[in-house]
Amino acid sequence: MTGILSGTALSATEVHWWHAFKGRLGTLLAEQVDQFNAAQSDYKVIQNRKGNYSETLNAGIAAFRAKKHPHILMVFEVGTATMMAAKGAIKPMYEVMSDAGANFDPDGFIGPVKGYYTTTSGEMLSMPYNSSTPVLWVNRDAFKKAGLNPDMDLSTWQKVGNALDKLKSSGHKCPLTTAWQSWVHLENLSAYHNVPFATKENGFAGMDTELVFNGPVQIKHIQAMGDWAKEGKFIYAGRRNEGGKAFRAGECALYTESSAGYAGIKKNAKFDFEIRHLPYWEGVQGAPQNTIIGGSSLWVLSGHSSKEYKGVAAFLSFLSSPVIQAAWHQNTGYLPVTLVAGKKTKASGFYDSNPGTDIAGIQMTRKSTTSVSKGLRLGSFDQIRGMIDEELEGVWSGKKTAKSALSSAVKRGNVLLRRFESSNR
Amino acid sequence: MEKRVYFKGWFLPALLITPQLLITIVFFFYPAGTAIWWSLFNPDPFGLSTKFVGFANFDFLFADSYYIESFYTTAIFSSLVTFFSMGIALYLAVLADRLIKGAGIYKTLLIWPYAVAPAIAGILWMFLFDTQTGLISWYLGLLGYDWNHLLNDTEAMGLVIVASTWSRVSYNFLFFLAGLQAIPRAIIEAAAIDGARFWRRFWTIIFPLLSPTTFFLVVMNIVYAFFDTFGVIHTITKGGPGQSTTILVYKVYSDGFVGLDLGSSAAQSVILLVIVGFLTILQFKFVEKKVHY
Repeated sequence: MTGILSGTALSATEVHWWHAFKGRLGTLLAEQVDQFNAAQSDYKVIQNRKGNYSETLNAGIAAFRAKKHPHILMVFEVGTATMMAAKGAIKPMYEVMSDAGANFDPDGFIGPVKGYYTTTSGEMLSMPYNSSTPVLWVNRDAFKKAGLNPDMDLSTWQKVGNALDKLKSSGHKCPLTTAWQSWVHLENLSAYHNVPFATKENGFAGMDTELVFNGPVQIKHIQAMGDWAKEGKFIYAGRRNEGGKAFRAGECALYTESSAGYAGIKKNAKFDFEIRHLPYWEGVQGAPQNTIIGGSSLWVLSGHSSKEYKGVAAFLSFLSSPVIQAAWHQNTGYLPVTLVAGKKTKASGFYDSNPGTDIAGIQMTRKSTTSVSKGLRLGSFDQIRGMIDEELEGVWSGKKTAKSALSSAVKRGNVLLRRFESSNR
Repeated sequence: MEKRVYFKGWFLPALLITPQLLITIVFFFYPAGTAIWWSLFNPDPFGLSTKFVGFANFDFLFADSYYIESFYTTAIFSSLVTFFSMGIALYLAVLADRLIKGAGIYKTLLIWPYAVAPAIAGILWMFLFDTQTGLISWYLGLLGYDWNHLLNDTEAMGLVIVASTWSRVSYNFLFFLAGLQAIPRAIIEAAAIDGARFWRRFWTIIFPLLSPTTFFLVVMNIVYAFFDTFGVIHTITKGGPGQSTTILVYKVYSDGFVGLDLGSSAAQSVILLVIVGFLTILQFKFVEKKVHY
């Protein structure tokens, strides 16, 4: 399938890339493409935005059914299981690279990122593009105003709880808010405390996985959050990252959000802010383990010519090169997904002039991953997250206990997992 | 005696009806048929393997208590939107019909909201009631009321009903106004001379004579509340908190486009098709008898 948008240079082979980025991220992505196109003349990469993550995946699927699909499709991390199950629709990345004879070393990627997109037998199926992990954002000015030492220890939820008490009693309106509640407070919480989110290694070891995030650690955390919500210490702002608006405006003291919130917070915050490690519960054995990623990877779709796949391989190699990766990491707050890019950034002195930007990387890599901390691989997971959102809202509003809400989410999610299993068998 | 105009032969009538038939087939029968077909399968998203499952998709849906609850939510939502958008529109139309000065301006202003797409209407209302930055929620806060439609079911439902009603009032207003203007003045004046006051004239003469319009609008508004309000729900509440504003059509979207579960989504479309068809038949069978043309 050459040229959905024909009429461009005849000699260069076109490679189409559908993605979900707009705004600053979209500009940075377009710059990468322009750079690649300017550096060589054999291939021409054409990028197109197809909406948000879900819409982009949908556009790719609809195009595949109509045989008008692009070569490269950006898929968010929760769509990973869907893509892996679609064996006839994808061309695994390791295959693209070896067919084209490209120089590609999967071990160059940092462990938790590589693990997310690699099969249990060690084959890397997609190319990690943007990866981030949740951290704790602190408004230091709000702490000072409440009479708290902004340098105080916030490494555990117990200590955060004490800070919340003091913030609240000093009259603060929004001591804590969050983005992506399921991702931060259940998925990452589980990995960080080394407890399973689902059986079968969180779905890595088989599609017959079952959700088990209603264990004691998760119940304890969600109940604590529910209590804080009741006491006005945790302010719920919405299912996505709506809380960011209030934090950037200086209205909230603490905010749990992706490390990739960096660009926006740095640009808009008119107060002294700081990045801290995500807190953990003291007393849970093995905590803190490591946090897991969110973000997207690039999937190569099947049904194109080998000449075009050579172009894909060349472009993906270019994207994973140290210079491009280091610039991406420094500009966006996403993780340096290759080890070299991390070292390069450190050597350039970036972390010294931008304190805290290395925290996400450290948090993910300070321990090697375990069978329950390497990520999640669950079918229909976008929809399961929706169910988790619904149940958590029941806890925040005080209608449900953490235990009954989580058990109900597990039960409802398992129905979808079985359905996914049966449609992909 | 009635004078009938008709065409001789079959060619011209067939030619004239063809475009309409084609449109109906392409945009209605074909998609509806496809939905019925797919509702019997459980396909994977990419269409690589498709398994015939009979009525299993329907069994799956009706075993889900959240799906059943979505019927109640839809019933409450649709009846309130229909009632309020028609009631307010009728009231405004009656007032506008009696205006002598500046009637044109009032009518134009009242029709404006119809030009606003449901999704945009949703965003407007979301901005007004945003729990952190909304203008109205801020004033409510000053009055000591803590507005939070993110966690309060009733407030969320109220907000989507208000937003959906607001964007529908104009449409209803137009039809009611046209209906009112078609009522012969002589009848109303005769009643007035006989001593009937305004509200008596309204209930005994105007309202019955408006019944064809009212009946048409009831059908159209139920269809609107069932399908077109998707944009409002999607922008304001996304079906939450919990599932308190998840109406049937929103579930079709979230299962089909977020969950990529095309079999279940198709089955839900079929169920919606049956419900709306059934409601329309009911209305034509029972309500239409009370309509005076």
